[in-house]
Amino acid sequence: MEEIANLFHGFAVVLQPFNILVMVVGILLGVIIGVLPGLGGANGVAILLPLTFSMSPTSAIIMLSCIYWGALFGGAITSILFNIPGEPWSVATTFDGHPMAQQGRAGEALTAAFTSSFVGALFAVVMITLVAPLVARFALQFGPAEKFSVYFLAFCSFIGMSKEPPSKTVVSMMIGFALAAVGLDQVTGQLRLTFGFTELLAGFDFLIAVIGLFGIGEILLTMEEGLSFRGKKASINPRVVFQTWAELPRYWVTSLRSCVIGCWMGITPAGATPASFMSYGIAKRVSRKGHNFGKGEIEGVVAPETAAHAAGTSALLPMLSLGVPGSPTAAVLLGGLLIWGLQPGPLLFVEQKEFVWGLIASMYLGNLVGLFVVITCVPLLAAILRIPFSIIAPVILVLCAIGAYTVNNNPFDIVMMLVFGVVGYVFKKCNYPLAPLVLAIVLGDSAEESFRQALLGSQGSLTVFWSNGLVGTIMVLGLIALFWPMLHTAWSRMRAAATAA
Amino acid sequence: MTSPNRLFGLGAAALGTALVIASALPSSAAWEPTRPVEIIVPAGTGGGADQMARVIQGIISKHTLMKQSVVVINKAGGAGGEGFLDVKGSRGNPHKLVITLSNLFTTPLGTGIPFNWKDLTPVAMMALDEFVLWVNAETPYKTVKDYIEDVKKAPPGQFKMGGTGSKQEDQIITVAVEKAAGVKFTYIPFRGGGEVAVQLVGNHVNSTVNNPIEAVAQWRAGKVRPLCVFDGKPLAYTDKIAGDKAWADIPTCKSQGLDMEYLMLRGIFMPPGVSKEAVDYYVELLKKVRETPEWKKLMNDGAFNQTFMTGADYAKWVENEEKRHQGLMKEAGFLASGN
Amino acid sequence: MIDNPHPASGSGPSQRLVEIGVCIFTGLIGVIVIIGSLRVGVNWGVEGPKAGFFPFYVGLFIVGGSIINLLAILLASRSEALFAEWGQLRQVMSVVIPTAIYVSVLTYVGIYASSMALIAFFMRRLGGYGWGMVAAVSLGVPIVAYLMFERWFLVPLPKGPIEDFVGL
Repeated sequence: MEEIANLFHGFAVVLQPFNILVMVVGILLGVIIGVLPGLGGANGVAILLPLTFSMSPTSAIIMLSCIYWGALFGGAITSILFNIPGEPWSVATTFDGHPMAQQGRAGEALTAAFTSSFVGALFAVVMITLVAPLVARFALQFGPAEKFSVYFLAFCSFIGMSKEPPSKTVVSMMIGFALAAVGLDQVTGQLRLTFGFTELLAGFDFLIAVIGLFGIGEILLTMEEGLSFRGKKASINPRVVFQTWAELPRYWVTSLRSCVIGCWMGITPAGATPASFMSYGIAKRVSRKGHNFGKGEIEGVVAPETAAHAAGTSALLPMLSLGVPGSPTAAVLLGGLLIWGLQPGPLLFVEQKEFVWGLIASMYLGNLVGLFVVITCVPLLAAILRIPFSIIAPVILVLCAIGAYTVNNNPFDIVMMLVFGVVGYVFKKCNYPLAPLVLAIVLGDSAEESFRQALLGSQGSLTVFWSNGLVGTIMVLGLIALFWPMLHTAWSRMRAAATAA
Repeated sequence: MTSPNRLFGLGAAALGTALVIASALPSSAAWEPTRPVEIIVPAGTGGGADQMARVIQGIISKHTLMKQSVVVINKAGGAGGEGFLDVKGSRGNPHKLVITLSNLFTTPLGTGIPFNWKDLTPVAMMALDEFVLWVNAETPYKTVKDYIEDVKKAPPGQFKMGGTGSKQEDQIITVAVEKAAGVKFTYIPFRGGGEVAVQLVGNHVNSTVNNPIEAVAQWRAGKVRPLCVFDGKPLAYTDKIAGDKAWADIPTCKSQGLDMEYLMLRGIFMPPGVSKEAVDYYVELLKKVRETPEWKKLMNDGAFNQTFMTGADYAKWVENEEKRHQGLMKEAGFLASGN
Repeated sequence: MIDNPHPASGSGPSQRLVEIGVCIFTGLIGVIVIIGSLRVGVNWGVEGPKAGFFPFYVGLFIVGGSIINLLAILLASRSEALFAEWGQLRQVMSVVIPTAIYVSVLTYVGIYASSMALIAFFMRRLGGYGWGMVAAVSLGVPIVAYLMFERWFLVPLPKGPIEDFVGL
């Protein structure tokens, strides 16, 4: 096993005191970046990239990838505590994480989120260690048609599961698609739906929408109920971590499934966001406690967090071995590699052994260090909810405004954030589901783009989506996911009939 | 690698920008920036322009070429139009720079955004980016002629050309190639150069016009093959890159019967109405940047054309280039309605 | 979800009225989207759909869905459920209005000064805290934000005359 030997060599590189220090600094910076809305992983890594110029490439990439892990961990914190996802892939974590916090179980939710993240990342790293070259070849199979089929599957496994009236779900989702379409059409290079307003050139960023819909909307709902922040009861229990850990092994099936979904999505590369939504959607359908999802079910935190981190981690593989970034953050890391004169691509694993295996070793250790750092903060973080609402609310408003601004450095976005906030409040009160809207904003653009790229390639023929085994299988899986409730009912009826007969 | 100095440097860089600023006493001599300088990138994080801006930022801070810090800001909306409008609107602000790519011309022409390069103050041309015609290494095409002949034989549009973005440099080159060779490709736009290169390796497109830096890794791995470079003369870099081939060994497209040249501007501009002293300051600064080993390494890795221009020469070059783009885009039918 | 959390004890706008308003709002968005798509072309060209193709159908779906939602409300039996009581809405507005003022003046006044004002107003008005506490938080948060964003991560935030005066 040459890989194992290489890996141990990698550990030796990473365990140099300087690199360990770099790792801890990176994780801490990353958590801060993840917590501040607007300063996401991609921004954070880009901002700190020039700082690493004076280091060796190995130390630099360790630092940057640790910022990335830190941001992945940090994203879950605001999602759970304040219903404000700092990153697209943390949206699904709010669905059950925030209700748990409202019930005074923030510590539990945070522990579950951090631990699942760690498990997902670990699974992905092990996969990278063992099957890297194989996986790279698999990723090459994905052209536009295959990518579209993956997005299609993500949508199908997530919709059709909300309790709200279907017509409201459709309206909500379609508004998301419409918002995603504003700005420049990537395929024709035309501006659309901007009506000549230069403020709309950049379109509606997902973050503006979620900060408004979820974060501000939540504050308004709380105000209506009379200032009481429902998490106030949250007791600071230092043992909550261990109690939650004792409970988590029960969800090993969900965990494993989410790991697989995450790795697949990370490699293809569709990214962490569809992975988290898909994993949540599937868990909701197959879990025995599925009906309770959205009301504070710990499994609903485990599924998306595991998948998001498995995807986020495995997204680095196509980046290293092919030079295709699996996420915006990976794109910035890729830029960093090029700046240091490392050419990501098939030869990187051969020519830059120390670097590659140092990075892989740092994935193991970085995640371990990250878990340790964030887990020790759990009681502290849970205690934030004890701060009175009239202090924390304006602070959240200010941080949201700063976050909305930093996404595109555009003051107009802050105005839109408030508009989204009011819309979120009214929509929620009128029983319109917000999750499909957000999913559509996040994935709408990419899905449309790959659909149209595929059609360009096939010269307008729709058969491209059934043209080979891979794309055909994924499309069929998507259709099964879409009609799952009906299939499920039919299946149980048939079984019932069989037993009766 | 474990030197405590370096460690200190990191901490100081992260936490102690305040100290640097505090120690920046106003100088009585020439103009100098008095607050952090912003570099606007009219493209997303991770692209070529973004990379270059961040290298410049890193070089300036590492070699302390300037007393103030440099901040890089991405404004990618509307094919970069957002970034250009921002700079256009910052009249007289001497603490703002913008790094351009071809969208300096293509964005206003293709989208109708109210902006023209004349709204900016030219500072310096840092380099020109090259373009190379690539095919998958498994295909039998060894020369441009082989490839174009096959494209001609096939029904129009059957061969797919992958590129970055729509109605931008890659598609303009594609149209120019079509015109020069009398063929028809189906152009498929992707988001980034790396993705384009991988689509070629995965045989989802037949050829690409990637920049050297975007495809070099795949070339070295023997996955793709360069056919020709869209420059007037072969590239200057003679180090062996892939096997016994160097960048300099790629013939020009012109010599292969494909009469067509294209280079992409990597230049720095400032907002309108800034003082001559400020422009001069940045020209000197950028000259110093070009002297550093980090910059030379970037040029080498990306096989850039290292032409450097400032002042009237630069403005003249940009003006010619704008006319050329207008012609190319008009022929291709890429002009936004109303232009 | 929140179906009818408020027994009709007080008075306020009815749920029905608000829902009708939402349908009109979403319908309008749909119409705007359709108009915008028609401007850039909605056909299926030789090389696949044009720029407006998807938004056009998305717009149609929004309009269609809104009409169905509207019919569902109009046809349902009249219920007396309230959207919220006036008192509750006043509470909500007490956040929305200051925040609206905040976001609209922010670009002129600068983010730090206006954030201080917003936090101070909130704590004083809604929390009834003493001036000492108010000053500590409303000064502390912008200062920490300044150090973190501008100094540490080098992200410039909007500044106004007050920030200029202080020399940030």
